[in-house]
Amino acid sequence: MDLSGKKITVHDMSLRDGMHAKRHQISVEEMVTIATAMDEAGIPMIEVTHGDGLGGASVNYGFPAASDEDYLRAVCGAVKRTKVSALLLPGIGTVDHLEMALDCGISTIRVATHCTEADVSEQHLTMASKIDGLDTVGFLMMAHMATPEQLVEQLKLMEGYGANCVYITDSAGYMLPDDVSARIALARQKLDPATEIGFHGHHNLGMGIANSLAAVEAGATRIDGSLAGLGAGAGNTPLEVFIAVCERMGVETGVDLFKAMDVAEDLIVPLMEHMVRVDRDSLTLGFAGVYSSFLLFAKRSADKYGLSARDILVELGRRGTVGGQEDMIEDLALDMARNHA
Amino acid sequence: MSEKVKAAIIGPGNIGTDLLTKAMRSEVIEPVWMVGVVPDSPGLARAKEMGLKTTAEGVDGLVPHMKEDGVQVVFDATSAYVHAENSRKVIEQGAVMIDLTPAAIGPFCVPPVNLAEAVAAHTMNVNMVTCGGQATIPMVAAVSRVQPVEYAEIVATVSSKSAGPGTRKNIDEFTRTTARGIEKVGGAKRGKAIIIINPAEPPLIMRDTVHCLTEGAPDEAAIRESVAAMLAEVQQYVPGYTLKNGPVFDGNRVSIYLEVEGLGDFLPKYAGNLDIMTAAGLRTAEMYAEEILAGTFTPGADAA
Repeated sequence: MDLSGKKITVHDMSLRDGMHAKRHQISVEEMVTIATAMDEAGIPMIEVTHGDGLGGASVNYGFPAASDEDYLRAVCGAVKRTKVSALLLPGIGTVDHLEMALDCGISTIRVATHCTEADVSEQHLTMASKIDGLDTVGFLMMAHMATPEQLVEQLKLMEGYGANCVYITDSAGYMLPDDVSARIALARQKLDPATEIGFHGHHNLGMGIANSLAAVEAGATRIDGSLAGLGAGAGNTPLEVFIAVCERMGVETGVDLFKAMDVAEDLIVPLMEHMVRVDRDSLTLGFAGVYSSFLLFAKRSADKYGLSARDILVELGRRGTVGGQEDMIEDLALDMARNHA
Repeated sequence: MSEKVKAAIIGPGNIGTDLLTKAMRSEVIEPVWMVGVVPDSPGLARAKEMGLKTTAEGVDGLVPHMKEDGVQVVFDATSAYVHAENSRKVIEQGAVMIDLTPAAIGPFCVPPVNLAEAVAAHTMNVNMVTCGGQATIPMVAAVSRVQPVEYAEIVATVSSKSAGPGTRKNIDEFTRTTARGIEKVGGAKRGKAIIIINPAEPPLIMRDTVHCLTEGAPDEAAIRESVAAMLAEVQQYVPGYTLKNGPVFDGNRVSIYLEVEGLGDFLPKYAGNLDIMTAAGLRTAEMYAEEILAGTFTPGADAA
């Protein structure tokens, strides 16, 4: 694979996707410390919000240590060069949340929908695209559940609503490099050349780096990851590893590798409540094609009702659950516990 | 079989047609007009076949006939944008307006919780909240009538095929309106609503989860009893309203897991989200009709 001379933008997810692995309990102070260190390491973009995006604070997904507004105001005020993004899932957050985030000083809004339901983002993308200088991104989750052709159709909707960048998101960490190549390549061929394409991976099958490289080769110019991999499931593409690989392959990220490694090792790893890695249950997510943030919920329900988290996750995959259906985990566990009895 | 109250439906789409199918079976409501705006729409043709008068001139095509045809109840199954005008014109003619759009210019109505109140107040325009609201607010109320609910949150999951373009284009309206309904009708101090659209095939039947955080430890026995009673109330007009699991008690969290299967009148059975709207709308009309037939309420008489 020859990627030399390519230039990409990396986007760190530790302070948003990483919230899942921390049960949304990262403090404002921790966020500011990490964001400042990432800024110094030259990481161009970071995402900050509840794990489920703006308005995610809920019984269903978990109440965070602080409000989206407190996190965003503090981080946006602390960084110098790094741009801050916020995630918004229509159905959970609304344009009211988007306005609040803008007021806090975000530079990018990413509007995320299930891969076949892009039309629910019209309201939010249209509004965002009219705001001067706001980087407006459409984000299709669980992209392994749609064919490359279906995805292109959905990405075009987002492009039409005003997104200047669109993402193919492997929320379940299910994809293999060929799956990524096929999807990104077709999108690159069919979308407006001015529309940027991004890839967001999860490391549940250990494919975060390989998939991200495949994405870059096929035309993606934005790559999500998180330092030390702090993210849902087995985490996101471990960003310092990806940056090192990029450096070896001659792909320009603009990040200071050693500083990024230090942030990962000195600030992120000590924050982890459990080692974010490929283990039996996170591997099951990738193998069965299940939304990565279901991991801790499945473990909790398994403990509470005397079940195996793996069995719960496999069944959730079989039922075709999509992002946000955390409520179905306890419901399913209750059914399974009854059937066991 | 005696007298019935005559009704008109504005909006001959999926919702309007499903509502018509249900209303044809009613003992107290007789649908007589179907109102559309597209002359060759299949919905108007179906209504005509079923013996209704039809107009493609919108509400203005209906208004001149309301008095002579004795229309006293009108359902609006169009969109929030035109509802206010429809409502004003219909009420002027002395008919009650049942609003199935998200316009919500009248008070929210969730039949087993506050319909009796709306009828007693002779409210001329009532709004049916949202599909997620109809499916979940009864259960929020079932908990809040036992003890104060600090916070209630609902998660409505609907099949992709049952989420129409109106809902998709304005999904924020769903979350905001439902959250308000949880507070105003459900009785929670703070409400939150989440909607998930799932494209699985075959389409999934509507699922709804209700999480309540009670003030103080939940009174488990009383809540169980209240939930069971409410379930039976909703089942009177939506037989496929089922308690799948719960109530689960975990600290001060009370979680109730529901499934809503429709009757499959015009809409498919999985579209319980649409069915519960039309069923609740008809239920509301019937309660008004009973008052009208009993001579205790003459729509429009209070207005002057």
